[in-house]
Amino acid sequence: MNRYRALFLLALLASTPYVFAQVETSPEGGELLAPPSNFIAEDTPLDNGNSISLSWNLSPEDIIGKTDIEGYIIERSTEKETGYQKIAELPAGTTSYTDTEIENKKNYYYKVYSIGKGGIHSEPIYAGPVIASTQWFNPERTNMLVASILLSLFVLYFIFRARKGEKLYIRPIAGLEAVQEAIGRATEMGKPVLYIPGIMDMDDIQTIAGITILGKVARMVAEYDAEILVPCCRSLVMTIARETVKEAYLDAGRPDAFKTDNIRYLTDDQFGYVAAVDGIMLREKPAANFYLGTFYAESLILAETGHSVGAIQIAGTAMPSQLPFFVAACDYTLIGEELFAASAYLSGEPLMLGSLIGQDMGKVIILAFIIVGSVLETFGVDVSSLFLTK
Amino acid sequence: MKQRLPLLITLIVGLTLIVQFFSPGLSFIQERFTNWFLVVIVFAFLLGFLSLVKVNITKIKRRSEDWGYSIPLLIALFTMAIIGIGWGIGEGTIFNWLFMNLMVPMSATMFSLLAFFVASAAYRAFRARNLEAAMLLIAATIVMLGRVPISSAGFLSYLKLDAIANWIMTYPNTVGQRAIMIGAALGVVATSLRIILGIERAYMGEE
Repeated sequence: MNRYRALFLLALLASTPYVFAQVETSPEGGELLAPPSNFIAEDTPLDNGNSISLSWNLSPEDIIGKTDIEGYIIERSTEKETGYQKIAELPAGTTSYTDTEIENKKNYYYKVYSIGKGGIHSEPIYAGPVIASTQWFNPERTNMLVASILLSLFVLYFIFRARKGEKLYIRPIAGLEAVQEAIGRATEMGKPVLYIPGIMDMDDIQTIAGITILGKVARMVAEYDAEILVPCCRSLVMTIARETVKEAYLDAGRPDAFKTDNIRYLTDDQFGYVAAVDGIMLREKPAANFYLGTFYAESLILAETGHSVGAIQIAGTAMPSQLPFFVAACDYTLIGEELFAASAYLSGEPLMLGSLIGQDMGKVIILAFIIVGSVLETFGVDVSSLFLTK
Repeated sequence: MKQRLPLLITLIVGLTLIVQFFSPGLSFIQERFTNWFLVVIVFAFLLGFLSLVKVNITKIKRRSEDWGYSIPLLIALFTMAIIGIGWGIGEGTIFNWLFMNLMVPMSATMFSLLAFFVASAAYRAFRARNLEAAMLLIAATIVMLGRVPISSAGFLSYLKLDAIANWIMTYPNTVGQRAIMIGAALGVVATSLRIILGIERAYMGEE
């Protein structure tokens, strides 16, 4: 019996350090949780400063479905040993946090620890010092910068050549050649021209392109003594379209023929706008419809209604998903870049046409890159993808 | 001065926004300009509202064609505005109820018209009048058949229409879309340069 008791005591003594190592206690006397690990604090890359990114590995006890951990507490201080204050309490499973309430060029220290039920928590782990600073250049956009500068130089070079009086050839664009025909038809029939500059606001470049073309179309309309209707989906577009059409009538020497209410606001709602424009088409029966700008699902509803009233239709957009609808339902469609070229093309001004030649030269360069890149990739040379990703 | 000041503002704002695109340190500029844009939109919205009211009141006064539609429009406009301002627009409000039970179904009705218009437009587009239209017809038929279960049933499964449809969508279709997008991107750069440099002034009403 004494032998068994001695063996039991021996086993108890042998296991004591192990038990103490497993069940540590917090300063308050509770059990301690396992802390997270690999805590890193670094300046957030490619930002304007004022933020520090924190990341860590989950505590070993933070396991989905059977975790004892409720979350993580992050504290921050400007001194290493003291002054830590809680800045965030995050749920279990979180491995990162961005601190945006800091000042640039100042040292910060962080600590993170896991918390569980009943107030128990782990020992904290520390990171720092770390300083937030502003990055003034985004190296990931170097390729875009180079391409933009090259393209801009081409455009500026050909504008310069045009300014010197050089005659530049622009290929005919059928859709734009038909603008005059469409307005002429409307004049002969005594019906209005309907112009829709897309459904987006003035912060969309396609809307701006649509408004610039509106200036040219409105001038032709004024010269032909026809009438133009411009129902707008955005108030700001209406305001600018009004000024544009008014100036066009003024330039054509017919300010008296300008009717403010012909350029009107309908609604911001996409399908409400479609319903209203369809109503205008069915009532006014325009002889020529222009759809130039950004369009979404309403493109086909508008174009098919226009087709049903027998209008000659010219559309233009850079939305690839809407182009097939316009191609199917309209007489002429300006595809992508042609929308942006339209204003320059219609003006016929040498400076504007020069920019189109520069744009075409940019296309040639891109085409060359695509061909060279495809050949290099085919033979296993990774140069092109390196250029495109950095 | 009346012409030069807007052009100068356009030049400065345009160049500033280009520079900030490449400089993370200046990203706050875009946020600020976006906020200013929102403020401008709010004021422009008042002009839009007044335009809508004026046009429809004039229609009613002159008894223009279909003037009767202007009455429910004005009633709806003012009712929604008064209810929204007076009792809020959040979840559980009358405004929200009217929006969800009137506006949303009406929008859905307009959207559903698309199905019929797709059919009528497709009928015209798919007539094999020339080589391009014939190719479009063949490609569209293969893609349509390849995207429905019948393509893998019976003898049709031997034609591998689903694989051909996927190939058409992955290669020729993607190539075409990317070509349009590259062209459009170049157009955006050239248009932006013309506007920033003051060569393009039609948007300001300047010829």
